[in-house]
Amino acid sequence: MPVAGSYRSIDFTLSNMSNSHIQKVAVLTQYNARSLNEHLSSSKWWDFGRKQGGLYVLTPTVTADNSNWYRGTADAIYQNLSFLKNSHEPYVVIASGDGVYKLDFNKVLEYHIDKKADITVVCREMEPGTNIERFGTIRMNEESRIEEIEEKPLQAKTSTVSCGIYVLRRRQLIEMIEKCAEEDRYDFVRDILVRYKDLKRIYGYKIRSYWRNIASVEDYFRTNMDFLKPEVRAYFFKQYPDIYSKVDDLPPAKYNVGSSVKNSLISSGCIVNGVVENSVIFKKSYIGNNCVIKNSIILNDVYIGDNTYIENCIVESRDTIRANTRYVGEDGKIRIVVEKNERYTM
Amino acid sequence: MIKKEMIAMLLAGGQGSRLGVLTSKVAKPAVAFGGKYRIIDFPLSNCINSGVDTVGVLTQYQPLRLNTHIGIGIPWDLDRNIGGVTVLPPYEKSSDSEWYTGTANAIYQNLEYMESFNPDYVLILSGDHIYKMDYEVMLDFHKANNAEVTIAVMPVPIEEASRFGIMIADENRRITEFEEKPAHPRSNLASMGIYIFNWKTLKEALIAMADQPALDFGKHVIPYCHEKQYPLFAYEFTGYWKDVGTLSSYWEANMELIDIVPEFNLYEEYWKIYTKSEIQPPQYLAEDSVAERCIVGEGTDIYGKVYNSVIGCGVTIGKGTVIRDSIIMNHTQIGDGCELYKAIVAEDVKIGNNVKLGVGEEAENETAPHIYNHGLVTIGEKSVIPDNISVGKNSVIFGVTEAADYEGPGLASGKTLIKAGE
Repeated sequence: MPVAGSYRSIDFTLSNMSNSHIQKVAVLTQYNARSLNEHLSSSKWWDFGRKQGGLYVLTPTVTADNSNWYRGTADAIYQNLSFLKNSHEPYVVIASGDGVYKLDFNKVLEYHIDKKADITVVCREMEPGTNIERFGTIRMNEESRIEEIEEKPLQAKTSTVSCGIYVLRRRQLIEMIEKCAEEDRYDFVRDILVRYKDLKRIYGYKIRSYWRNIASVEDYFRTNMDFLKPEVRAYFFKQYPDIYSKVDDLPPAKYNVGSSVKNSLISSGCIVNGVVENSVIFKKSYIGNNCVIKNSIILNDVYIGDNTYIENCIVESRDTIRANTRYVGEDGKIRIVVEKNERYTM
Repeated sequence: MIKKEMIAMLLAGGQGSRLGVLTSKVAKPAVAFGGKYRIIDFPLSNCINSGVDTVGVLTQYQPLRLNTHIGIGIPWDLDRNIGGVTVLPPYEKSSDSEWYTGTANAIYQNLEYMESFNPDYVLILSGDHIYKMDYEVMLDFHKANNAEVTIAVMPVPIEEASRFGIMIADENRRITEFEEKPAHPRSNLASMGIYIFNWKTLKEALIAMADQPALDFGKHVIPYCHEKQYPLFAYEFTGYWKDVGTLSSYWEANMELIDIVPEFNLYEEYWKIYTKSEIQPPQYLAEDSVAERCIVGEGTDIYGKVYNSVIGCGVTIGKGTVIRDSIIMNHTQIGDGCELYKAIVAEDVKIGNNVKLGVGEEAENETAPHIYNHGLVTIGEKSVIPDNISVGKNSVIFGVTEAADYEGPGLASGKTLIKAGE
């Protein structure tokens, strides 16, 4: 998913890996993989174009003895077990591609070794009031050893959630994944973390820095809006290390007569003729004359005709919004706009 | 054997002294242009868009930024197994090592490079023009006319023709005569400094003329080919082309980009201009900001008001600052409450609070009126201007300045303040 104007969510994890000097990265993909594959067209954006290691995209394939899609996170790893077996690196970092954060995996690894852990789970205390129903929650003892893991509990007992980032020894992972597959179990959290929690030493590594997961529309909206805050921008855009993304070779953004932009992020390749307030405009979008865009997210390559009013919306990538139209998310609800009209201009 | 039909040789070694302090630390082709580009991006992008994938870039003057920018050519897709971009600086030889003494001399010293690609044609380009041109169309013209040399020309107003090298061609576009900066031009076809040579002809001419001091294409090689009665043809180009050799033409070319539909359009999909993008985050426009008729690069934060300007990447413009008709290059920081009018501010400059640039009456520049004119204020790269300084028109500042460097509250129109050693 596109995040923060110029990025995709996977850029954060990939950049963190690159900045942690991890040289070999495999991306396991299955759902709607075309735009992801396009984004990963070259490993050079994240500096993975190396002779040692590199970036690998692993999609489900039909083999003589398996023709299944990935049936779960553990199954996805199992189906690519030969990749793990043929590697020689001692440790593996498993991370999901929908987190927005900065993290030095070396620090997690140091902690992992220090604690003599079998598995280290990166976790974070969520702010009071956060809806944590859709996370995995974790309860740890005072030594940070994990005592309880619950996947998406209805009534959460703690406010510590798993960030979906794990560190463990490669051989340990292979062993667990093989065992799991023998028993026809497919999920890394339910079938490995939860079941092994007393048998193995599973530790939690708490982070306090910014971390968001964009699994729901509300989270996605809020995470993007977070980038309007100066401290969030400073953390991700101005502080070393950088977050990298694919270079799109777009011209600078252009503001014509009549444009008025307040408290908003505008990405390269945009042409703005109208009013934009408290919004995030992604790359290569066109905003027509007398348009008003308020409190909204306009994704990549959107064309918005003249005199259009948009408030509290997420406008899908490559949409074409007709002139003189109105889209408003009522009662503070976020409205998702998908309009694939013919585009005549531009 | 390696075989390339046409290779390009891009002359990027010139200082470009008429750009004043903008080129005191960088070669002209590496000067920033249009918010995120550098001048050399235009010929390099033209090459790859025209299917020319082998480009030798001849460097000499202050090549560091140019070398860093080009690297192995990734942004232009010129990182190739065979060919691609190669930076060609002057080098020491077992006898008579020399700098590149002229445009053609630079090419002469790299005969071996060209030979290694076994080309049929060699395209000679210069690294200081803003334009989009399909060199393949020019090559087709060259082939169709069985030319030995084709010179790209463009019609200019006859009153300006005496500033250019002028070609006089017959009805078949064959060049019959040419004049270098004639007082009374007999044609309005100005040479653009873009040539296609048949490789054999170029090689022969360069070897024959090798002993000519400061061997130059316009002054020596073309006259030589003409004398030998080789078929020379003029390829007429009518698109946008701008020589950004002077501060005023550089400023104008930037300003032309902000028109609603500019004559030179960077937003066309089919002829992209590529550059090395260092910064990727979006730009932020704050609550009280204004951006009207301007283009703004990535990662820039605008808290002030910007009108009719070209702003680079990673720039910060403070609260209450008003910028009009100016060019601000990458990574420059401008404080609060400033006023900038017709200013060209180079990269990595730090401007304090309440600084005024371009105020007062016009006065001719005291040191170099032929460079600093048209009322522009020019600030060289990595300069620092302290708080509360007012700077007049046709003035120039370069270096890390302190309040004590100014007489009273600032720098009057026409003054030069250069504090940087070599």
